[in-house]
Amino acid sequence: MKAKHRFIIAVIVLGLLMTGPFVVTSALVWLDMREAERNMLTELLLSRLPVGTLMTLFGFVIGVLVLHKLFKHYVEGLLRMAETLRLMLGANRNFRVTPEGPPEVQQLAQAANDLAQQRDALMDDVDSQIARAKASVEEEKNRLAALMSELAQAVVVCNLDGRILLYNNRARLQFKALAQGPTSVAGGALIGLGRSIFSILEKSQIEHAREVIDQRLAGGKLPISTFTTTTRGGQLLRIQMVPVLAASVDNAARALTGYVLTVENITRSIEEEERRDRALHTLSQGSRSAIGNIRAAVANLIDYPDMEPELRERFLRVIDDEVAKRSLVIDQTMSQFSDSLKTRWPLEDILGIDIIAAAQRRIDDKLKLPTKTEEVDASLWIKADSFSLVFALVCLASKLQDHYEPRELRFRLTTNGKLAYLDLIWAGPAMSSETFYTWEMESMQVGSDTTPLTLRDVIDRHGGEIWYEREKAAHRAFFRFVLPVSTPEAEQVVEERHVTGRPEYYDFDLFKFEDKSIDLDRKLSDLTYTVFDTETTGLEPSNGDEIIQVGAARIVNGRLLRQETFDQLVDPEIPLKPEGIPIHGITEDMVRGQPNIDLVLPAFHEFCEDTVLIAHNAAFDMRFLQLKEERTGIRFTQPVLDTLLLSAVVHPNQESHKLDVILERLGITIGTRHNALEDALATGEVFLKLVKLLEDQGIVTVRQALEASEKTYFARVKY
Amino acid sequence: MTKKILIVDDEPNIVISLEFLMKKEGFDVAVASDGEEALAKVASFEPDLVLLDVMMPKKSGFEVCEALRADPARAGLLVVMLTAKGRETEVAKGLAIGADAYVTKPFSTKDLVTRVKGMLGV
Repeated sequence: MKAKHRFIIAVIVLGLLMTGPFVVTSALVWLDMREAERNMLTELLLSRLPVGTLMTLFGFVIGVLVLHKLFKHYVEGLLRMAETLRLMLGANRNFRVTPEGPPEVQQLAQAANDLAQQRDALMDDVDSQIARAKASVEEEKNRLAALMSELAQAVVVCNLDGRILLYNNRARLQFKALAQGPTSVAGGALIGLGRSIFSILEKSQIEHAREVIDQRLAGGKLPISTFTTTTRGGQLLRIQMVPVLAASVDNAARALTGYVLTVENITRSIEEEERRDRALHTLSQGSRSAIGNIRAAVANLIDYPDMEPELRERFLRVIDDEVAKRSLVIDQTMSQFSDSLKTRWPLEDILGIDIIAAAQRRIDDKLKLPTKTEEVDASLWIKADSFSLVFALVCLASKLQDHYEPRELRFRLTTNGKLAYLDLIWAGPAMSSETFYTWEMESMQVGSDTTPLTLRDVIDRHGGEIWYEREKAAHRAFFRFVLPVSTPEAEQVVEERHVTGRPEYYDFDLFKFEDKSIDLDRKLSDLTYTVFDTETTGLEPSNGDEIIQVGAARIVNGRLLRQETFDQLVDPEIPLKPEGIPIHGITEDMVRGQPNIDLVLPAFHEFCEDTVLIAHNAAFDMRFLQLKEERTGIRFTQPVLDTLLLSAVVHPNQESHKLDVILERLGITIGTRHNALEDALATGEVFLKLVKLLEDQGIVTVRQALEASEKTYFARVKY
Repeated sequence: MTKKILIVDDEPNIVISLEFLMKKEGFDVAVASDGEEALAKVASFEPDLVLLDVMMPKKSGFEVCEALRADPARAGLLVVMLTAKGRETEVAKGLAIGADAYVTKPFSTKDLVTRVKGMLGV
């Protein structure tokens, strides 16, 4: 019932209460009276009726006024308060009830305001706790990513679909080294966030490893699975898989949400092992026959001492011959397999100059003794256990300081065939070989740092040697460390793209990623994109102009990944136009010897797999790609978004939608331009800004973006 | 009657010793330096025992032994394999394809002579 109706009823009740008792009493008295009494009463009353009615009316009006006042304060006032309370509950948290009306209502309003205050404090507290928790999660994520990126092992984390959520720099280098083909795809065409691991590793093997893990989990065993696989290039990889389990209270039923793969290229160590086997075989099995021959000949010589001299001579020659052959085999084996037969202490490949630098720093730090370098072969890699080697150098320096107080020490690094000579030189009196022998055999110590290792142990660990030698003419002496030279794997000299900020090697949101081919009704912000740009010999694709550079980067989960890029010069197989050179900065020298479009396009196609393409003025670039369709058989069938058109959708009244102008309009600053990769990255930045602006216009999905693009004026320009 | 022994080995350095030794022990000796020659010599020389090296050019000792065992007419021919391959798997293979004895190099000549004499019942 509405408040208004209730007011009317209340007024009626008031009217009844004021007149009812009088009328009923009058009726009862009237019935009890006789004729004469009635006439007398009528006469009495009728003459005074106006006064009574007036008084009653007056009382009634006052009653209604009081009623109205009460109603206004207690009913309508409370209703208003209820409305404001609802407002506080929903739309505006900070709204407060104004205390008004009678004191009881004011108290109620005050109490409601106090409650709201308390609620706000609690909500603020919860919000700040959530923010703190989020920040700490973010920090943990970053710490994990930083840690992973520095790990020496190649690590890749995948979700159950085999999509890569995280990988580290080592993994990138590892897979880059495996990548086949002529194109130098920075970051490796194969590895990338959101990409499928199955393009690198055999799907069946991964699935099998997962089954093994499931079984081991079910059996309560350590869930780990190891397998070895060969890559397309014939390299051997040992892969270890451990599961990523969903966090859950119930330990028994923790679901698998992904897995961590550590990848180790064992091609080299397997080859080394094979070589060692072969050496062992040559030395053992190979000796059987030779020794058999010698043994038989010797036995004959002993058993038949009276044989003819001529025969005797022949047996001796057999022995001589076999022994000579065996000696040769042993020499050959030793030189051929010397690397494999060396000590099995794990040595790393390290630049000799790095060892020297480390030793210099520590000598300066611990001993305050100045050091210099003389002739140093800066490109010389050695196989060493750098910690113990540096320790040995510092320890020798410390001993020299104690005994001979040299003013300074010098380092020298030279090679002699497969050996590296690392010399520690000082000027001073001759030392006896006994002293050096004692130094060699003592446990090493530098200040308070000690190790049970002796200098000899360190030398043996390296399969090396050490000696003391004097340069008489120069009045100085040196310790010479002889160490094995190494030829490190090529992957260690991979150049790094200089990127500001933290590398984007991870994206944990991909745990929720659902593997679907491109769905046009998905949100723009959810899709994976390839932004690309081409540099060309000219502006007329149908008139023989050719692509000379392709640059591209990926956008995954709303982030432009500057590490996962494609940057390739292309030999156009036609002369460059001189007028174009100042624009793109690419010269004849740069493109000659580069792969041609037949080789680059398949690699680029692979790079774009399962993504929406984005380019600025995409029609131009797509035209070039389409003209190659017939020749290469490569078709780009995915949806294409054009930042030029999208910009026209967002800002229809702007005159120019050139990339430079848009960059300025959207407040994006970019270093160099007119290099395909830089332009692609700029386009990517533009796209990410446009996505937000498009959302404001209600354009959320790819389909909507494509439809809006088509309607713009610029879409009518054809190439 | 003197027993006849065929020595099959491609290495002259062992052949010379074995030939000398077996002749001194009173056997009639012939020599072959590869598998094919060995099969020809078995036919022409008709030995009682073959000292057969495993690793030889053309036909390996294993192949020669299998060929000899495939011929029922030569069931009585004794085959002693001499080899520088000392792995148990190879010994097992030699005996499985019908060698009567398997001797790994280097061996004692005395033991070999005793063994050969025992097999021939001399």
